[in-house]
Amino acid sequence: MHASTKRTCLAGLIAVILLVLAGFVFQHWQTWILFTATKAIGYGLVALGIITLMRGGLVSFGQGLVYCTGAYASGLMATRLGVTDAPVLLVVGMLASALLALIVSPLIARYRGIFFAMLTVALSMVLYGVLVKMNAIGGSDGFTLPEPTFLGWQPSVDYADLALYLLAAVVAVVASTATRLYYDSMAGLVALAVRENELRVEYLGSSVFKVTVRHFTIAGALGGLGGTLNGMALGHIDPLFSFWTTSGEFVFIAVLAGYISVSAVFLSAMILELVRSFSNLYFPETWQLILGGFLIVVIVFLPGGIGSFWERVKEGRAARAQAEQEEGAGS
Amino acid sequence: MVNTTLKSLMAGAAMAALGLAAAGSAAAQDDTYKIGVVTFLSGQAAESFGVPAWDGGKLLIEKLNAGEVPAPYDTVGFGGMKIEAIPIDEAGGATKQVQEFRNLVQRENVDAVIGYVSSGDCLAISPVADELEALTILYDCGTPRVFEDGSYEYVFRTAAHATMDNVSIARYLKARDMKVGTFAGLNQDYAWGHDSWRDFTASMAQLYPEAEVTAELFPAFGAGQYGTEISALMREGPDVVHSSNWGGDLQSFLLQALPRGLFQRSQVVLSAGDHSIPPLGKNMPEGVVLGARGSYGLLSPDTPLNDWWFKTYQDEYDVIPVQAPYRMVQALLGLKSAIEKAMEANGGNRPTKDEIAAALKGHEWESPAGMIQMKLGDGHQAIQPTAIGTTAKDENGDTILVDIERFAAECVNPPPGQKSVDWINAGFQGAKCE
Repeated sequence: MHASTKRTCLAGLIAVILLVLAGFVFQHWQTWILFTATKAIGYGLVALGIITLMRGGLVSFGQGLVYCTGAYASGLMATRLGVTDAPVLLVVGMLASALLALIVSPLIARYRGIFFAMLTVALSMVLYGVLVKMNAIGGSDGFTLPEPTFLGWQPSVDYADLALYLLAAVVAVVASTATRLYYDSMAGLVALAVRENELRVEYLGSSVFKVTVRHFTIAGALGGLGGTLNGMALGHIDPLFSFWTTSGEFVFIAVLAGYISVSAVFLSAMILELVRSFSNLYFPETWQLILGGFLIVVIVFLPGGIGSFWERVKEGRAARAQAEQEEGAGS
Repeated sequence: MVNTTLKSLMAGAAMAALGLAAAGSAAAQDDTYKIGVVTFLSGQAAESFGVPAWDGGKLLIEKLNAGEVPAPYDTVGFGGMKIEAIPIDEAGGATKQVQEFRNLVQRENVDAVIGYVSSGDCLAISPVADELEALTILYDCGTPRVFEDGSYEYVFRTAAHATMDNVSIARYLKARDMKVGTFAGLNQDYAWGHDSWRDFTASMAQLYPEAEVTAELFPAFGAGQYGTEISALMREGPDVVHSSNWGGDLQSFLLQALPRGLFQRSQVVLSAGDHSIPPLGKNMPEGVVLGARGSYGLLSPDTPLNDWWFKTYQDEYDVIPVQAPYRMVQALLGLKSAIEKAMEANGGNRPTKDEIAAALKGHEWESPAGMIQMKLGDGHQAIQPTAIGTTAKDENGDTILVDIERFAAECVNPPPGQKSVDWINAGFQGAKCE
């Protein structure tokens, strides 16, 4: 195994252990964090998909499409077929969304920039419009989901939040480790070249189209995971999952995180949830203003997102080390 | 990568700690009763429902804490406990609301949550409320599905569901002896609009079996432009045009239909239209049959409690109270009387949520809009009397309601154990009308 691969997997392992420990701590102290963290992970997974697209120079303003597809596919599976096993539902949601993304992507992969973004919005709003009219599955009111089980085990009410959080934590780490490995692979690095200069990538014999299709499908799978996870956490899904404001939140998280770091996505999702929740509590009439102000502050002071903050610290340290070395050499 | 992961976790922990510090300790004190109040403070439903409801709630809580509400509600707060309310904005969809609900219960340790205008939010919150065993009062939302498709231990709805609105409109037409050969509907294209139209057509099929539907229009929610729909209605010229639109959608429809002469050609009936009277003012068309989803506002009964409430609200905000503040008051008074009933039963101690839930189940209390009875959904869903009226202008040109017909609760609400649609289709079996 490559050294960097090993490092990434090790980091993932450490992250799982820490997140699981944190889960048990929060179970006995401030239980509400478990649910907020689970929801943040669900959002973070979708935003991770947007970041994958961002590495290829594209932003999707319509990830609600895959988020909602995942939630509805797994939700219908649970209500209509009685499958309540959470890991199974996650796989179902992920595959359904990935499949939809795979079908849709050739249509939109030829477009760039704002055209790509607007097409994704259009598609997500089409899904929203269809679901609102489908009264058989609840129309605009959506439908309620049964409690999830975990490999045949039904946790008691006191442990339901914890069980779902633990599953979410494992999914988040597996997904982010896998995407990190992909980003660092040859195929993943080509995406960065696409971001820099598409024409040159084509001349060098790579296909921008294929990169986009691949990324959109990966983003679809991640979106499906996030949608299923949040559906199970909330216990209710409705067409608003596909509404443009929902998609906007994913972009918000992605912009806040930046495209450099994978773990920053989950951190920024958590920050967003906390800022929103507390501003809603303390400023019920102006919470949107606080949220908007917060985003502006991040854009002004950390244009590369939270992820770039660590890079900056790292660079600063490297620069200092180099300066010290030069000084040492000079004396 | 190891570094970044670790750092992100550390930063996450720091962030969480910050959040906790901000949350502070919310230990429930013995002499306060803490409620979360969730209603639209921004977005489409804020102007028509959310903000007036919270205005009403705020005012009533202030008066209750001062002990200034007339009997039988003249004790301070809830059975002597001061009421502390935390308002939360309902905007942002069910996902956000489930999270805010959990935060209210698990983090802010509220004793009860009163809220929710949107039916989608009510459907999403109810199972969570039961899971967390949190006493929850749905004060406004209309869908009958909450207790017809589910059953909950800790969830109560202190207002009648939307079936009453459309049954009473149809009954009003019959009671006023109007001739209806043809009728049409213009409703928003989402669950509320479809459910309202379904209940109205079913009621009409019972009361006017000969009447024909000539147009079923479902413009998008928030459409704002109704030129095409009004043209279609003008062309068909039905005797009655039904609409369950609310808020901005209703105002736009009324303002756009007025110059086209729709109100001269057809009898327009609005199942939830009273809240458009204050914003439209003198522009409100005359001769429109409308309801308020209960005997609220200009349709409210002449009782001492209502006189006090109407005047108090009007003095404070310089506008008449419409349906939403009435429904908020109804919820608060219901909770108050249930708490006091539970205190009486346990010897004057602070009641537990289980004792309050037991007291609220099947409870009856007087509200400014008349007697509220928790008769449906195994004692968790209220029925109430309602009234329908017709708009007219007084000598100053202000809108008033005339030809008001009152309907007893059991005349326009289904009996326990029966689904609304089945009850209407079976010919309103067991309805008790005076």
